[in-house]
Amino acid sequence: MSDDIVIDVRGLTKSFGDRKVVDDFDLKVPRGAIYGFLGPNGSGKTTTIRMVCGLLKPESGAGEVLGFDVLTESPRIKERVGYMTQKFSLYEDLSIRENLEFIARLYGLDRRAERVDQALVDLGLAERQGQLAGKLSGGWKQRLALAACMIHEPELLLLDEPTAGVDPKARRDFWDQIRRYSAQGVTTLVSTHYMDEAVQCDSIAYIAYGKKLIDSPTADIPSRIGLSCWRIAGRPLMQAQELLEQSKGVDLVARFGAEMHACGKDAAALERAVRAVKQAQPHVDIERIEAGFEEIFIYLMSGSIDNFQ
Amino acid sequence: MSESRPRTAGLKLPSFLELSWSRVFAVFLKELVQMRRDRPTFAIMIMMPIMQLLLFGYAINTDPRHLPAVVELREDGPMTRAFLASLHASTYIDIVAIARGPDEAEAMLRSGEATFLISIPQGFERRLVRGERPQLLIAADASDPVAAGGVIGAVERIAQSAFAPEFQGALSYLARPPPPYEIVVHRRYNPAGVSAFNIVPALLGVILTMTMVMITSIALTRESERGTMETLLATPISPLEVMIGKTTPYIGVGAIQVAIVLVAAALLFRIPFAGSFLAFLVAVTLFIFANLMLGYLISTAARTQLQAMQMTFFIFLPSILLSGFMFPFRAMPDWAQAIGTALPITHFLRIVREIMLKGAGFADIVGDLLPLTVILLTLATLALLRFRRTLD
Repeated sequence: MSDDIVIDVRGLTKSFGDRKVVDDFDLKVPRGAIYGFLGPNGSGKTTTIRMVCGLLKPESGAGEVLGFDVLTESPRIKERVGYMTQKFSLYEDLSIRENLEFIARLYGLDRRAERVDQALVDLGLAERQGQLAGKLSGGWKQRLALAACMIHEPELLLLDEPTAGVDPKARRDFWDQIRRYSAQGVTTLVSTHYMDEAVQCDSIAYIAYGKKLIDSPTADIPSRIGLSCWRIAGRPLMQAQELLEQSKGVDLVARFGAEMHACGKDAAALERAVRAVKQAQPHVDIERIEAGFEEIFIYLMSGSIDNFQ
Repeated sequence: MSESRPRTAGLKLPSFLELSWSRVFAVFLKELVQMRRDRPTFAIMIMMPIMQLLLFGYAINTDPRHLPAVVELREDGPMTRAFLASLHASTYIDIVAIARGPDEAEAMLRSGEATFLISIPQGFERRLVRGERPQLLIAADASDPVAAGGVIGAVERIAQSAFAPEFQGALSYLARPPPPYEIVVHRRYNPAGVSAFNIVPALLGVILTMTMVMITSIALTRESERGTMETLLATPISPLEVMIGKTTPYIGVGAIQVAIVLVAAALLFRIPFAGSFLAFLVAVTLFIFANLMLGYLISTAARTQLQAMQMTFFIFLPSILLSGFMFPFRAMPDWAQAIGTALPITHFLRIVREIMLKGAGFADIVGDLLPLTVILLTLATLALLRFRRTLD
């Protein structure tokens, strides 16, 4: 494998019971990249990430992470990977500093006090270091979790919906931090539900029903999806929206204040539907527009029904 | 809510007494489903009464029988043989050995291999026939007063019926009371038959079992329940590291408990500490480790802390009933003894009684130190094998 490919897995498959959660999954992530991992709930994102870092054993498939075999060398991988769980999973009854020191000890780090001090300063946690982790708000917990998975200076960060339930300011800070790590050569694989985070990624893998459906540079996603969009403006919009939602060819209707965007894969069918609405509701204006990231990601995130159903 | 309230004329129920059977049924069904999903808890709920029935019904015997005895035979005649045969036939005691000398017999009594030492003096029959009322010596290990009591009470009667057929014809003059022999009973190690002497050292074992197993039984379960297991497993830590790291802190707790019981034994109950303190320290350390491993093994199996507690109780019950703590071990049926032998506390109880009451040293307790070590290693191995390095 090339030195520049940090994650190179092929055909990863995992079932729970008779349900295939991840099915024949391939992924190549180059060094220093921020790779976004998208998909609806239950699509297999967490399971895939856990297989990559050795927390779950794949049924079949093979691959290397940081040059180590995912099936046989997971202890080596764990030493070099920082994994941030979806749910806060540090010790709530330990203080911030105690948590970091505990993790630092687990990795057998030298200059422990110094590293912990540095991590606390880097993440702006220095003044709160004596506080119990359980008493922190969501944003601070997430900072602590990131600090904990960075303390051993991993080459690869695996972040599982790291900003779920975190306020927008804290999310922005978080992403600034990820960008800084990326500039230092740290590779990041991050799963997310947020469109504004997805557009920050260099590349995006989209997974649904355990299968990877899209894998491409973020900039190419709109053309890959091939979504057509129309803008419908005017007041009132309620009836027009109801009509559109029932029309054939309309895959997505998104409201943006006083206007709404109707999008669909089938451009001709979409146009017919939009024009029919214009006839029924003459007061609205219609206009063809480029599909933006917003529409694409809303389409992607809502495109598959929940796998558990 | 108001629709579901029964329309009872003139009777107004306070709101907390409202009762909707449909809501009750909903909860009832939910609990049933949850119970069915929680297999281990369900199994324990089923097993508990079965186990108690078996233990109390069959294993527990307050009229202990089949207690092991060693005979020091300095004379072998028809009358002594008849006496020994009757003793054996009474089922109160089993003669497990004929000692070659007094030292061997004493050693068996001290190590617990025998609960009784029956000594038949030289010239017993000759002196009996002459009407000199020779003595039959029975030394009982009274460190367990329950075990000793039954036999001591029965032995006069057994002797009478054993000798009666012999005292016929020319010897019929011996059949008149008082009996032409004297049975002398020595209660060893606990001459006054004080129950506390037996119970208090043993309580050390029970307390250590209870607390050590319970504390460690939630060691891993709590990690899994709180989600911190994922963090732990994502680091390069090994199963053995987790095991040692999670159990050793409790050795300190165990040491404090040992100190408390020893001080109480000396100051409150005036129990002697007759044997080797070093041997005691070695044994108690092994025992604490064995209990920690037992608890840790439970924590690899339990999925919730509640399950862990229930499993702890499941271990605790036989530890009290089948270990010789409450009832004489030797008087239990073989299967119950087999279960008892697999429990760390059984061996520890023997060791602690032998050391504290009988003045035993290392040589005397080796027979129980070895099984204790085997149990400890077995438990640790099982726990390590059961530890999952992944979240599978």
